[in-house]
Amino acid sequence: MSTATTHEDHHDHHDHGPEPGLLRWVFTTNHKDIGTLYLWFALLMFFVGGALALGIRLELFQPGLQFLDPHLFNQFTTMHALIMIFGAIMPAFVGFANWMIPIMIGAPDMALPRLNNWSFWILPFAFTLLLATFFMPGGAPAGGWTMYPPLVLQGGANVPFLIFAVHMMGISSVLGAINIIVTIVNMRAPGMSLLKMPLFVWTWLITAYLLVAVMPVLAGAVTMLLTDKFFGTSFFNAAGGGDPVMFQHIFWFFGHPEVYILILPAFGIISQIIPTFSRKPLFGYEAMVYATASIAFISFVVWAHHMFTVGMPLSGELFFMYTTMLVAVPTAVKVFNWVSTMWRGAMTFETPMLWAIAFVVLFTIGGFSGLMLAIVPADFQYHDTYFVVAHFHYVLVTGAIFAIIAGAYYWLPKWTGNMYNETLGKWHFWLSTISVNVLFFPQHFLGLAGMPRRIPDYAIQFADWNWVSSVGGFIFGFSQLLFLYIVVATIRGGEKATDRVWEAAHGLEWTLSSPPAYHTFATPPRVTDAEAHS
Amino acid sequence: MYLTRLSRLLTGALLVAIGTSAHAAFSDLNMPVGVTPISREAYELHMLILIISVVIGIIVFGMMFISILKHRKSLGHEPAQFHHSTKAEITWTVIPCIILIAMAVPATNALISMEDTSEADMTIKVTAYQWKWKYEYLEDGVTFYSNLAPSSRAAIYEDPRAVDHYLLSVDERVVLPVGKKVRMLLTADDVIHAWWVPALGMKKDAIPGFINELWIKIDEDKTGVYRGQCAELCGKDHGFMPIVVEARNEEGYKMWVAKRKAAMAAEKTGASEAEKFVEPVSTEQAAAATQANELVQPSVIAAAQGKNSGGL
Repeated sequence: MSTATTHEDHHDHHDHGPEPGLLRWVFTTNHKDIGTLYLWFALLMFFVGGALALGIRLELFQPGLQFLDPHLFNQFTTMHALIMIFGAIMPAFVGFANWMIPIMIGAPDMALPRLNNWSFWILPFAFTLLLATFFMPGGAPAGGWTMYPPLVLQGGANVPFLIFAVHMMGISSVLGAINIIVTIVNMRAPGMSLLKMPLFVWTWLITAYLLVAVMPVLAGAVTMLLTDKFFGTSFFNAAGGGDPVMFQHIFWFFGHPEVYILILPAFGIISQIIPTFSRKPLFGYEAMVYATASIAFISFVVWAHHMFTVGMPLSGELFFMYTTMLVAVPTAVKVFNWVSTMWRGAMTFETPMLWAIAFVVLFTIGGFSGLMLAIVPADFQYHDTYFVVAHFHYVLVTGAIFAIIAGAYYWLPKWTGNMYNETLGKWHFWLSTISVNVLFFPQHFLGLAGMPRRIPDYAIQFADWNWVSSVGGFIFGFSQLLFLYIVVATIRGGEKATDRVWEAAHGLEWTLSSPPAYHTFATPPRVTDAEAHS
Repeated sequence: MYLTRLSRLLTGALLVAIGTSAHAAFSDLNMPVGVTPISREAYELHMLILIISVVIGIIVFGMMFISILKHRKSLGHEPAQFHHSTKAEITWTVIPCIILIAMAVPATNALISMEDTSEADMTIKVTAYQWKWKYEYLEDGVTFYSNLAPSSRAAIYEDPRAVDHYLLSVDERVVLPVGKKVRMLLTADDVIHAWWVPALGMKKDAIPGFINELWIKIDEDKTGVYRGQCAELCGKDHGFMPIVVEARNEEGYKMWVAKRKAAMAAEKTGASEAEKFVEPVSTEQAAAATQANELVQPSVIAAAQGKNSGGL
C-alpha cells in the first residue's frame, strides 16, 4: 500500500499542476486557487466600497450639499455597507479559510472542491447585479443595508435586484460554510484532534455553523420583502395587518450572529499571529475555544439590542440588555488572553504583529462602546447617531479589516514564496492606524453631541469634527493603495521566504515549502505536539 | 453630582490635550446633561460606564504596553513558556461579571422609570410624515404641522453658516409647559421615523400602524428652546426634518394655546397656508375658500402666518 501511495504522490506533483491560461481560474477546484480568487475579489470590493465611503466623507466634509444629492447619498451609504460586509470582509475570511484550513489541518484540499468553485463564482454575478442598480431608473438601493420596510419597498427597479443579489450571496456563504464544516470535521490529519486545531480553524468552524444557521433567515426576510412588493402580501405592511417591526426582529436575528461572523475569524487570525511574534504559546487555548463558542451562542439571544427604540415591552428591553452585557465576559477573556500571551514573551514587531497589536487595542475600544450601547437608558441617546457609526467602524475596520490585513502580511510570504517589503509594510501600518483614528474617533463626539447617522448634511455645530473625520478618511483610503502595491510587488518578486518564514511560527502550514506545491498533504502528515496549535 | 464634576474635568482635560478650547464646536465632546430627569439619568449612566471603561482600558492597555516595552527580543528578554493559569482565568471571568451586575442595577432602575408613562398631565400625538411632523395636543385641541424652516432650506446649496440654527429650525415649534409630565404618542404615516431631542433624553421610533409612547418633564427652571431631528433613516429628506421644542412656563404655555387656537379658527375660515397639508380640495371648495379668505381681516392672517415667516 505504501508503494502505491508514494507512486500516486509522485504522479500528482507532475501531472496535476495548474492549468495554463485564464480558464484555470474559472474551472479550478484547487483550494489555494479558490482562496486566491476570494482574496482578490475581496480586495476589489474593498476598493469599490472604499470609493463609496470617500464619496460619503466628501459630501460630509462641510455643511451644505456640494457633491451628492440626498438620494444619491443614501444610495452610497447603503451600497457601501452591503459591499463592505458581503463583498469585502466575508469573502476575505472565506479566502483565508480556503487557503489555510486544509494546510493547517493536514488535508489535501477542501472536502467538496467543485462546490467550492461554485461558491466563489456566484459572488461576481451577485455583485454585478447589485452594482448594476446604480444605472437603473431610481438608482441603487437607498433604504440602508438593513433594508427596513416600508422604506426599502419605496425603491424602484433596484428592489428585485437587491433581493436576488442577497439571495445569491447567501447561497454562496452557506455553500462555503458547509464545505468548511465538512472539511474540518472529516479531513483532519491523524493526531489532529479537535483541541489540537489552530485557533483560526476553531473560530472558522464556529463561524461556519453561525452562517448555516442565519443566512437562510436573511433569505426568508428578503423573500417576504419580495412578496410584499410584488405579490400583494402584507407581512410587513401595517395597512394589510402586517408588522413592520417583525422585519427588524427577523433581520437582526440574522444580523447579530452576522456581526460575529465578521469578527470571529478575525479573533482566529490574531490568535495565530500574537504567539508567533511573542515566541510564546497562546495563553489559555481552551478558554479561547470556549469563549468563542460562548460568544456564538449568546449571539442568538441579543438581536433586539439593535432596536431598543422600536417600543418593546420593559421586560424585553431588560432581557436584551442583560444578555448583551453578558457578551462582554467572553470577549474580555479573549483580550486578557492575548495580553497574557504577550506578557513575558520575547516580542518582535514585524508588520503582522503591529497590525495585531493595533487590533487588540482598537477592537477593545469598539468593545467598550459596545458595552455602553448595551445600557438601554443611555442607548436611547446613542441609538442611530454617529456614536453607533464610530462603534461599529472600530469593530469592523480596526477589528475585522485590521485582522485581515495582519493575516495577509503574516501568510503572504507563505503564499507567494517572497517576503514583502518590511519598510513599506510599516509605512502602511502607521499611516493607516493614525488616520483611521482621526477618521473614526471624532465620530464618537459627533454622536454624543447629537448628530444622527445617515444624513447628507448637518447643523453647523457638527462641522468641525466632520471636517477632521473626512481628512482622516481620505488619508486612510489612499493609504490602502500602498497595500495593493505591496501585495503586487511581493507576488512579482522580493527576498525569498524560508519555509518557516517567522522564527517562532508553529503549525502545519509552516512545514510546507514557500510557496507550497499546488497539491499538498496528499498523504496526511504526522501531527506532532510541536506542530499542533500555537 | 460627582459624576457631573468628574465629566467636566475629563472634558476639560481632553480640550487642553487637543488645544482647541477657543473653538466652540470642537468642544462638543460629550452627551449633553439635558433638562429632564430622564436625560440626567441617561447622562449619569453614560458617565458611569464611560469611566469604568476608561479605567479598565488603562489597566489592560497599561499591562500591554509594559509588556511591549520590556518583554522584547531586542532587549534580550527570554520568553517564558507558561500557557495557562486557572486561577487568573477564573479571576478575570468573575470580576467582569461583578462589574456588569454593578452596572445593570442602576440601568434597570433608570429604565423602569423611563418607561413609566402613567399619570401624565397632558398628551400630544405626534405623526411623522416624509418629511415633516404633525403635532396634536389632545387636551388643548391644538393641531399643526412642523417643517424645516424656509431659511434653512434656502441655505442648503448656498451658505449654511449664514443662517441661525441651520437645519435645526422649523416653521412651527412644539411648545411644552415646564414642570408638567407630557406624554407623547408617536406614530407615522408612511415609513419609520424616530423622534429625538437630545436635551430631553429620549428617542422613540414613529412606526406606521403602531403607537409608541414616551414622556417628558422639563425642569421648572429650564424654559428655553431645545433642538433635535429625525433619527431613523426615512428616505431622501431624512436629514431635513428637525424638531424644535420651546419650553415655556405655565402662563406662557396657556397664552400660546390661546393664540394658536385663535389662529386655527382663523385658518378654518381663512383656509390659508394650512391648505397645502390637507387632501386636495375640489374646485368649488377652493373657490369658496378664496372668497372667505378675502373677507378675513389681514391682521388675523398675519397672526396665523406669523410663525411661518422665517427660521425660529
